[in-house]
Amino acid sequence: MSVQRLWTRGAIYLVLVAFALYYAMPIYVLIITGLKPYKDVSMLRMWELPQGLYFDSFTTAWGLVSPNFRTSVMITIPAALISSMIGSINGYVFAKWRFRGADTLFILFLVGMFLPYQGILIPLVLTLQKLSLYGTLAGLILTHCIFGIPITALLFRGYYASIPNELMDAGKIDGCGFFGLYRHILLPISMPAFAVVLLWQFTTIWNDYLIGLVVLSNPVQAPVMVAVKNTAGSFSVDWNVQMSAALIAAAPTVIVYLLLGKLFMRGLLAGALKG
Amino acid sequence: MANNTVTVSGERGSAASPIQSTRKRWWRWLSGDMILAFLVLLPSIIAVAIFIYGFIGWTFYISMSDWKSSIPDFTFVGLKNWTRLVNDRRFQMDMRNHLFYAIGFIGQCIVIGFTLATLLDQKIKGEGLFRTLFIFPFAVSGIVTGVTWQWLMQPSTGINLIFAKLGMGWFRPTWHANIEYGIWAVSIAAAWQFSGYVMALYLAGLRGIPAELREAAAIDGAGTWALYRYIIIPLLMPVTFTVFVLTGMNSIRIFDVVAALGGPGPGNSIDSLALNMFQTTFGAYRFSLGAAIGSVMMFLAIFLVVPYLMSMQRETER
Repeated sequence: MSVQRLWTRGAIYLVLVAFALYYAMPIYVLIITGLKPYKDVSMLRMWELPQGLYFDSFTTAWGLVSPNFRTSVMITIPAALISSMIGSINGYVFAKWRFRGADTLFILFLVGMFLPYQGILIPLVLTLQKLSLYGTLAGLILTHCIFGIPITALLFRGYYASIPNELMDAGKIDGCGFFGLYRHILLPISMPAFAVVLLWQFTTIWNDYLIGLVVLSNPVQAPVMVAVKNTAGSFSVDWNVQMSAALIAAAPTVIVYLLLGKLFMRGLLAGALKG
Repeated sequence: MANNTVTVSGERGSAASPIQSTRKRWWRWLSGDMILAFLVLLPSIIAVAIFIYGFIGWTFYISMSDWKSSIPDFTFVGLKNWTRLVNDRRFQMDMRNHLFYAIGFIGQCIVIGFTLATLLDQKIKGEGLFRTLFIFPFAVSGIVTGVTWQWLMQPSTGINLIFAKLGMGWFRPTWHANIEYGIWAVSIAAAWQFSGYVMALYLAGLRGIPAELREAAAIDGAGTWALYRYIIIPLLMPVTFTVFVLTGMNSIRIFDVVAALGGPGPGNSIDSLALNMFQTTFGAYRFSLGAAIGSVMMFLAIFLVVPYLMSMQRETER
């Protein structure tokens, strides 16, 4: 029994370690390639560790994508903040003020979460052109905020629904109205939900390629993912530089995930499947 | 990309009571606060109505118009673009690609995700570390995934070097550059990015199964196999359903990974509807044809979303 158990445990760990290597492998290659000096970059020695630390390819890559990196920061932060605020108040209404048809409305909101954006891109471009927002940061921020309405409402609704109605009733007895209840009762305890939603929106918007490509197509101004793709598609850029550019673009979300992984997970899982 | 679901937490417990109270006292509708609540929601309702539902209809209309240059032309031409699309070789290739991709991607995500979750659920030392590693690709964008795997799947280097090291030098697949099977390679890269998230969903599902159930099964003499076969896997069906919908959606709108891997590839071997739509519309300025492709994607998505949302609504009403 115990010998058999030892074997089983060993096999389990072996599989887990193998998968850990599988998941880590691409990032390992990105990092070591970025750290190699140009003369050591060889297709045939892709897996070998660099002979010392060189930051040449990062410097070159940063020179290529830094304007776009800044654009991404300027889009992602306001868009994540605004859409979280919208989501919070919408979630509050959906969770605590269920007027007639609110549930149906909520389901209709959710459809937006699943949409292939290709089905709305052309009218989006026409509309943004009409509003003179096409090709502007504001236009892209607005688009992200609107497309973020469903998911943010869903996450906040879930959080607020878990807050007992007795608390709300107590607030009502104390004379709080619609805004008072939100301001004095829910908002002060909303920080965990805000963290989760902000993190989610930050990741989604930072990692977006399609909407940025369509709305801010000017290569100089485009978000960082568009720039990374352009770099990778270009034959004039060395592959170690392409990889460094990819790593630079991935860094913010990966770092945030590593630092706040627990929150990230909570967003994904917080009773994910209890519903 | 993964704009995905997290099913609402704690819904069943606390959601039921407000519905009932609203039904009992329908006149609460008239209270000022209820109207205020609706007004607060109104801007979002309008935004969703226009930017989502309105735009879907508009796209569908454009697909039946004659807009094929940089200047909009909304002349109605009926199904002309649709017949053109159905007979288009690239479109037919896309449909084949989506089918293969979906099989490969959904299969990998469910198998890898479920296996890893089950293994991690065996009181593993360093579980947190494994979990962090498994899930982190989900924080990596499709573009970065594609760019990286493009190099890992170069025939002369990357993974093939590892095969050579392992004495399997004869095995040198051309991966995403293969005209026949390239699309399967795309599904490998995409599953790397997404399967950890699926693992997390399954793990949460496993943790939600009460320990008493497992104990009861053990007392009844169920072995590990029977436990999974008759208790755990059936109990995880809702998770599998969610995973199926999420990965199915991903299979319909796959775009950035394909673009970064150099799509549409030789003979459109790794093309996708999304890439086709983008190039047709914003590259070739055939807006009506592009709108038709976008509408096809929308229809495919509806097949997946409707059952999912219906099941969610059933949950909400319970």
